[in-house]
Amino acid sequence: MEKAIFKRPESLYETPFHYCPGCGHGIIHRLIAEVIDEFGIRERTIGTAPVGCAVLNYDYFNFDVCECAHGRTPAVATGIKRVRPKSVVFSYQGDGDLAAIGIAEIIHTALRSERITAIFVNNCVYGMTGGQMAPTTLLNQKTQTTPFGRDPKKAGFPLRVCELLATLDGATYIARTALNNPKNVLKTRESIKKAFLTQIEDVGFSLVEILSPCPVNWKLSPVDSIKWMKERMIPYFPLGEFKTPFAK
Amino acid sequence: MGRPFQVIIDKERCKGCGLCINFCPLNLLVISNEINKRGFHYATVRDNNRCKGCAQCAIICPDVAIEIYR
Amino acid sequence: MKGNEAIGEAAIRAGCRYYFGYPITPQNELTAYMSKRMEEVGGVFIQAESELAAINMVYGASAAGGRAMTSSSSPGISLKQEGISYMVGAELPGVVVNICRGGPGLGNIAPSQSDYFQATRGGGHGDYYTIVLSPSSVQESADLVFLAFYLADKYRNPVIILGDGFLGQMLEPVEFKNPAFGRLPRKRWALTGAKERPPNVIRSLYLKEGVLEKRNWELSKKYERMKKEVRYEGIYLDDAEFIVVAYGICARISKASVLLLRAHGLKVGLIRPITLWPFPSGVIKEVRDKIKRFFVIEMNLGQMVEDVKLAVEGRTSVSFYGRPGGGVPTPEEIYKVIKDGKGYF
Ligand SMILES: Cc1ncc(C[n+]2csc(CCOP(=O)(O)OP(=O)(O)O)c2C)c(N)n1
Ligand code: SF4
Ligand code: SF4
Repeated sequence: MEKAIFKRPESLYETPFHYCPGCGHGIIHRLIAEVIDEFGIRERTIGTAPVGCAVLNYDYFNFDVCECAHGRTPAVATGIKRVRPKSVVFSYQGDGDLAAIGIAEIIHTALRSERITAIFVNNCVYGMTGGQMAPTTLLNQKTQTTPFGRDPKKAGFPLRVCELLATLDGATYIARTALNNPKNVLKTRESIKKAFLTQIEDVGFSLVEILSPCPVNWKLSPVDSIKWMKERMIPYFPLGEFKTPFAK
Repeated sequence: MGRPFQVIIDKERCKGCGLCINFCPLNLLVISNEINKRGFHYATVRDNNRCKGCAQCAIICPDVAIEIYR
Repeated sequence: MKGNEAIGEAAIRAGCRYYFGYPITPQNELTAYMSKRMEEVGGVFIQAESELAAINMVYGASAAGGRAMTSSSSPGISLKQEGISYMVGAELPGVVVNICRGGPGLGNIAPSQSDYFQATRGGGHGDYYTIVLSPSSVQESADLVFLAFYLADKYRNPVIILGDGFLGQMLEPVEFKNPAFGRLPRKRWALTGAKERPPNVIRSLYLKEGVLEKRNWELSKKYERMKKEVRYEGIYLDDAEFIVVAYGICARISKASVLLLRAHGLKVGLIRPITLWPFPSGVIKEVRDKIKRFFVIEMNLGQMVEDVKLAVEGRTSVSFYGRPGGGVPTPEEIYKVIKDGKGYF
């Protein structure tokens, strides 16, 4: 008998992703689906689709999904979870969604320690709208709206979401991971697992910030993108667990 | 040695991003000269017999195009 | 009971177990009431971080199949328009109460009817309608809450209750009669977890060419069906030569003027729309040919008067008298307008 060493998780449909070559959204979708399969919670999971490149994630996720207005994902997830406390509810958000227009929602959802999990995809840019500056855009990084590079005097500084949220009492599990190599992809999976567990065990609010490549808007090849992550992104956004209810 | 590993790349899902090629420790993967239906030069396995089943390629693949069996 | 509290109690009795609010005068009693009562009935009360969050919590709760509600006053309702538009797009029920105050901008906290256009023309972006209910007493505020939840579920569309600071603060006796409405279908579309069924998706995005157009035509058929819910109160319409059209608290004040005018021998009637959308154009069309003049009285610069004119179709005269920015007309004031036979225009 043939044994599967690596196989598509059941919580993902077979539909091929519409994402650009080398985009991190696909990896993240797969990791979420793998964790859901592993916990056996597909039938009680309710996901969300954000305004951003992942807006059609329900074309790929094989479970209930609620599309949300830009940035309001945590508020919508709150509403869902309060009606269905036994469901496993996660918000899926880009950096524009979570760190700009929806920063109030994520902070207060964390403060209430809502039993939801936020999957925060930080690609330093607004993907869907064509590569404008995001709150997480690095200094000097060129985007469509910082054509000369992000100048803090004019465009402010990048936001470190995990560090910010870790100051909140209601935030229970807060971690940052990256998709720049297979080892870190597996670590991301572990963090997503812990985040879901934080919710399932009714401990509190959890968030995983995932540094994720957007080759098209970085104007780099997929391989150069992951190098850029290591050289530029990770030094500014250090990886690790900022808060955890689990013993290390 | 047990049975050989089998890396199966769904060429229609592959977008030729090259990440699997970058991470295969044994350099077993290459970009094909052919293109798939969506117009991408897809990744393909050069030598399945040498594969050690480490799954690095599948783990990094953004398109769930790689499955590995034994 | 205060109008605001009566709305809260009626919502609870109508089975609403999810309330999301944000403080704003003159509706604070309602939020406060819900914070207490939801605890007692085992429901959910959240004081949200903004009206944006509150309406999106309603969106989420409704998507998950709960009976949910939010309330606010004009500036907060502006923020809620985003969520209302998304709710219509995703066909989610829910009740939104607007205890309207003076605008534009921060305006004031006096009673007003300045949000009529916003409420009856969809209000947010996109091309849509919501049913808008307008009570004119505390009792009716309660009654219309029951109706609002029923209609919201029946049509899978948000329903707006448009009150004002006067009604919200008013103390009157109220009886909670939970009326027997028709049976509602099960919410098979709700997000409950994809157990023994394919996944459900709540969405309003339709990118493929022609799909949204088709869908909007389908929604338009629903709006047509919603038009059957039209409700109004008519007084002295049989022999009226003049008709006052007013809603909400303004209608209540106008009623006193109409009675006074009748006592002085003037054949005046009153049409009080209870649904502002759908607007009761039918009754206006029925009577317009025998009416010398309609007088539209509003606490704004003249908004509903446009709907009256659309219904009159130029067959007779329409005058308007209004008090914008928080002014409340007295019965004597309205009496004089009609007696003298002229409004502002
Ligand atoms: C209220 C509102 N403002 C703006 C937009 C336009 N918009 C769509 S996606 C997006 C940003 C997406 O960026 P991000 O959240 O980082 O996600 P990504 O596309 O990078 O995955 C914006 C601004 C919108 N849809 N709604
Ligand atoms: S624009 Fe960026 S985030 Fe969006 S699909 Fe392409 S690579 Fe992914
Ligand atoms: S499983 Fe490992 S050795 Fe085999 S092709 Fe993939 S990366 Fe190379």
